[in-house]
Amino acid sequence: MSLVFAQNLQKTYRSGEVDVLAVKGVDFTIEAKSFVAFVGPSGSGKSTLLNMIGCLDHPTSGKLTVVNTDVATLDRRAAAEFRGKHIGFVFQDFNLIPVLTVYENIEYPLIMVQAWPEAKRRKQVTRLLEAVGMSGQASKRPDQISGGQKQRVAIARALVTDAKLVLADEPTANLDHDTAYRIIGLMKTMRDELGTTFVFSTHDPKIMGEAEVVFTLEDGRMQQPSAKAVAGHA
Amino acid sequence: MLNILKIAVRNLTRFGRRTLLTSSLITLGIVGVLLFIAVSGSFKAIMIGQFTDAMLGHLEVHHKGYVASIDSLPLNLNMQPTMVEKVDQVLKKVDAVESYSERIKLGAMFSNFTETTSIRINGVDPVKEAATTPLLPGRIIEGSKEGALIKPGEILIPTVLARGMKVKVGDTIVLVATNRDGSVNGKTFVVRGILESISGPSGKDGYITLNDARDLLRMKEPEISEIAIRLKNPAKLDQVYAELSQELSGIAGKQGQSAMAGKGGGAALEVHTWADLSPFASIVRMIDLLAVFIKVMMVSIVLISVMNVMVMAVYERIREIGTISAIGTPPGRILSLFLTEGLLLGLGGAALGTAISLAVIYALNVWKVSIHFGMQEQAIKLSPSVSASDVVTIAAMVVIMALLASLQPAWKASRMDPITALGHV
Ligand SMILES: Nc1ncnc2c1ncn2[C@@H]1O[C@H](COP(=O)(O)OP(=O)(O)OP(=O)(O)O)[C@@H](O)[C@H]1O
Ligand SMILES: [Mg+2]
Repeated sequence: MSLVFAQNLQKTYRSGEVDVLAVKGVDFTIEAKSFVAFVGPSGSGKSTLLNMIGCLDHPTSGKLTVVNTDVATLDRRAAAEFRGKHIGFVFQDFNLIPVLTVYENIEYPLIMVQAWPEAKRRKQVTRLLEAVGMSGQASKRPDQISGGQKQRVAIARALVTDAKLVLADEPTANLDHDTAYRIIGLMKTMRDELGTTFVFSTHDPKIMGEAEVVFTLEDGRMQQPSAKAVAGHA
Repeated sequence: MLNILKIAVRNLTRFGRRTLLTSSLITLGIVGVLLFIAVSGSFKAIMIGQFTDAMLGHLEVHHKGYVASIDSLPLNLNMQPTMVEKVDQVLKKVDAVESYSERIKLGAMFSNFTETTSIRINGVDPVKEAATTPLLPGRIIEGSKEGALIKPGEILIPTVLARGMKVKVGDTIVLVATNRDGSVNGKTFVVRGILESISGPSGKDGYITLNDARDLLRMKEPEISEIAIRLKNPAKLDQVYAELSQELSGIAGKQGQSAMAGKGGGAALEVHTWADLSPFASIVRMIDLLAVFIKVMMVSIVLISVMNVMVMAVYERIREIGTISAIGTPPGRILSLFLTEGLLLGLGGAALGTAISLAVIYALNVWKVSIHFGMQEQAIKLSPSVSASDVVTIAAMVVIMALLASLQPAWKASRMDPITALGHV
């Protein structure tokens, strides 16, 4: 069974008097442990799609299954619980909690979202700090580290709960080119090491070249030959 | 929980100046309220002490209907000896009563042999009266305060009268009174002392002995107009009042008199507290009202300042709220995150405010701030104090208000839609 399965997925926003068709009936599947990119011009519906996969938004119609769950029907509370359990998020603006240290930012979901015991927490956070190469900065505050380092911390935070799926909407848009490459590289390494599925969006053609599966969106529709290759089942 | 606390503390210290400002507002509010309660309480106690200890006593017993026409000092509404006897027995039995004093009240003409004026007189037993109104001897501003309050044939007159009639200590004067049957009698007295006049009922009365009063009125039987009672613990006033009213309601007057008493059924007596008898009780009530008003102000300060800060805190952190909500933090936990911040603001302000208030109250007691009450020469030392229950209620009120004030902003934060919040700049 695929990790994400979408069939005739539609999303309509009502803005004032007019309906905006952001996603106009798309079908796709995302296999577990794959490294997927959604690409397309601005306004093509990338964020809308990622938000629906991430249970932050409901589809207007169509079928959407994520981790064997029909997420179209989840209410607020259930959606929050589902996200906390199965999905990690990486944001364009990093969105670390400014009053917490690097270590505490990574630890946050283990306390506030899930309830891990202290010793298990320490082991997990230390492991991820090492994996993203931030062990030396554990006690720094977010405003004391660079953008690339912030995104590393964010990736560690997204992975800390052993999420099956990490969604990253334009994770490199606020980074310079080299750093962007390194962040995508880190995500791929994490996928290799932990088997986590990564889905990100971008409109940088070079970055999208790093993806193993590319879905191209155009005005809310999926462009036909979509998959570059299907990989990631090691 | 510990970690919500940690995050809340960090967020409060992150905006240190704002936090400080808000908590000092709360502190100020608490200090204001506690100091007002302490000082006004002390002032109130002194004022009440003046009424109860210098003229009225804590409670007074009269024949039914006497108080309603007390201005005319009606001699036909005195208590009969049998009745007084029964009251005596009751009062001796009630443990809370420290002492009591029987009085005959009468209106008389006061003459210095050249001029005549009217005077209100209390005929009292000097020993019992001094025990029941212990500040009375202190009101003697001319003449000796030592020894018995008055001896037979002596009179204490108020200073207003002494000045107006140009009477000095040691002078002889005449009192002329009309008794119940309408016959007139006169008697000479030597001025034993001059009393400082104080505001309130009986504040400008003269004092003679009980027996002299009976002579003057040619009473056949030892009747009594009122019995003033002093309690061991004035705080138990309401309790003792209820007890005495109950006990004394069993005492019926003579057949004819109880019929006259009308609605009250068989009861021939009535009990009043000092507050019922003194128009100044309303000042005391004003002070209490003022305290309520100040408490309301403090509550508003806390409510508005905490709400203001929490609304700001939520607004500034909308994206942060979007983030933690997106990664799956349950709404209830987001709510408690912000509630904890408000609670800590309240707790901090309350702790600091209470500490400062107690320190200031202590200092006021050490430095002995004194006030002059009326024209008494002796300054009265203000001894402000607050009860533990006052401190606890005020502090608890502040903390609860801080919580209530953060409820709305915190609720709003917990209900935020993550996508909208994340998109907020
Ligand atoms: N909340 C909303 N209300 C109304 N219309 C919306 C809303 N969100 C998105 N849209 C519209 O839906 C369409 C798709 O938007 P979306 O944000 O998914 O595009 P995108 O591919 O992520 O663009 P970008 O690359 O600029 O991030 C756009 O036309 C946008 O204007
Ligand atoms: Mg987008």
